[in-house]
Amino acid sequence: MQTARSAGTLPVAAAAPPASLLAKRLRRLLRHRLGCIGLVVLASMVLLAVFAPLIAPYGPDEVDFDAILVPPDARFWLGTDDVGRDVLSRLLFGGRVSLGIVCGAIGSAFLIGSAIGLVSGFYGGWVDAVIMRIMDGLLAFPLLVLALGIIAVLGPNLVNAMIAIAVINIPGFARLVRGQVLSVRQLDYVQAARSIGASDPRIMLGHVWPGVVGNVIVYASLRSSSALITESSLAFLGLGAEPPTPSWGQMLSTAMQYWDAWWLSLFPGLTIFCACLALNFLGDGLRDVLDARLSD
Amino acid sequence: MRLVRFIASRLLQLVPLLALVTFLIFSMMQLLPGDPTFAILGEQAGAAERAALREKLGLDQPLPVQYARWVTNTLAGDLGTSLRTHEPVGDMLRTRIPVTLQLTVMAIALSLLIGVPAGIVAALKRNSMVDLVVSFLSMGGVAMPFFWMGMLLIGLFTLHLGWLPPSGYVPPGTDLWLNMKLMIMPTITIGTTMAALVMRQTRTAMLQVLSQDYIRTARAKGAGEGRVVLRHALRNALIPVVTVVGLQTGALVSGAVVTETIFSLPGLGRMLVEGIFERDIAPVQAAILVIVIGVLAVNLFTDLAYVLLDRRIKL
Repeated sequence: MQTARSAGTLPVAAAAPPASLLAKRLRRLLRHRLGCIGLVVLASMVLLAVFAPLIAPYGPDEVDFDAILVPPDARFWLGTDDVGRDVLSRLLFGGRVSLGIVCGAIGSAFLIGSAIGLVSGFYGGWVDAVIMRIMDGLLAFPLLVLALGIIAVLGPNLVNAMIAIAVINIPGFARLVRGQVLSVRQLDYVQAARSIGASDPRIMLGHVWPGVVGNVIVYASLRSSSALITESSLAFLGLGAEPPTPSWGQMLSTAMQYWDAWWLSLFPGLTIFCACLALNFLGDGLRDVLDARLSD
Repeated sequence: MRLVRFIASRLLQLVPLLALVTFLIFSMMQLLPGDPTFAILGEQAGAAERAALREKLGLDQPLPVQYARWVTNTLAGDLGTSLRTHEPVGDMLRTRIPVTLQLTVMAIALSLLIGVPAGIVAALKRNSMVDLVVSFLSMGGVAMPFFWMGMLLIGLFTLHLGWLPPSGYVPPGTDLWLNMKLMIMPTITIGTTMAALVMRQTRTAMLQVLSQDYIRTARAKGAGEGRVVLRHALRNALIPVVTVVGLQTGALVSGAVVTETIFSLPGLGRMLVEGIFERDIAPVQAAILVIVIGVLAVNLFTDLAYVLLDRRIKL
């Protein structure tokens, strides 16, 4: 297999891995202690969020006025909030919102940023210069500040929060992919494809992209943790999901008004913390797995 | 002389980036829906009155002209007026910048005070219990959401122990002791994540440096362990740490935005969030501009710090 080192920190894999290699890589990830923990925790969270309507003991907006601010007990395992809604149920449904926004935002940034980086790195010249200067301009903004600027323009709501998180992550993906493409496009098999008359889109998508996608997936998993904190921060500031839609950050924001009800802040905070930790572990694991593959 | 030339060249490089950033901020605000004359004159004003105001504000001019005027006014210190408070934005910045500056400087200082010694100890006692604890703390610190940290601190130090006031701000010139008491929790809130990164980076850099030949030579010549670590190893190990601190300043400012809201600190972050809620654009524009310029300035200082720390770097 052909490989090349990029100017960036991540190594470049130069060809699409066959199915057996994918299975080998997955086995390696499962043997990587922290990576495996991250994968299991994250997969559990995603499953709990997906099947929330079947698992949650109550509806996310189901109000019980006789059970306002009840601490954790046998009936409400994680207690109730200020209007008598079950915290556990809202956490499960909130996972759909918080993780859904992160998936949507990082997925969009992955696609758009990669496309920009691919075009920029492949064509070079003035296209590259113009695109990269715009990306540099965006990278000069602190991420949350840029997200706030975008929300100021679009207005605060759930979809706009997702758009803002996607936009702030695009430059990172574009820069990474562009750097990798600059290395891969010089490799023999890409030159060979060019020499037999393959079109630019075919070379980019069929030959260059498979060589960089592994690193972009690793980067996406590492960025997801930061995206989750940004989403929670926006929700916490009241610029994300609008009540009564539950999201983890917004649940913490409510908890700010009821300091004595410790369960209102403990469980959502712990959930965000565990999800971020799991994403970081998974990202580290994926990176190590990729390195191990290259060292073969 | 070389240093002056280096600073001048770095400042020159900042000019096109600043032009791009100001253009992006200006363009962003142009995308805002609605007519600003409605916000100023209200719903009742007539078309003629609105047209006159549009002309007065220069909103009838082409966009490049409006951009040039905005940049010129900004350079002259005129950043507009808040629609909500009718206060000049320049005056708002004068009271808000010191708060955010104090918070970020204290957070950086705290992160270095915790992160550098912890990283050194972890590297010197590699694979020991101390190393394990430091690694665990650094992993946890990076995953910790700022706002949850702030809430936990208020729960512990204010509600449970009753040691610290929960929120508010007093300038250090008015009452330094009270200022410190009010700033401790916000500082810990945003300093923790940075401390975790500094810890991890210091440990890695120290391990690399300690395995190098010149360290072995220093030990062979009989230099004490303290001298080897602090004088020979740390100086070079600090270079990547400075990079982390420089690169993380943007994240720190992001943390400050949320932290100022939790602790009711009247800083730039709160000005930004309040402006967004009130659709008060001039303060939002100004706060973003000042924050971005601040981050770019820190990047410049980071480059200078390399030169001062590493004598091998030629100007």
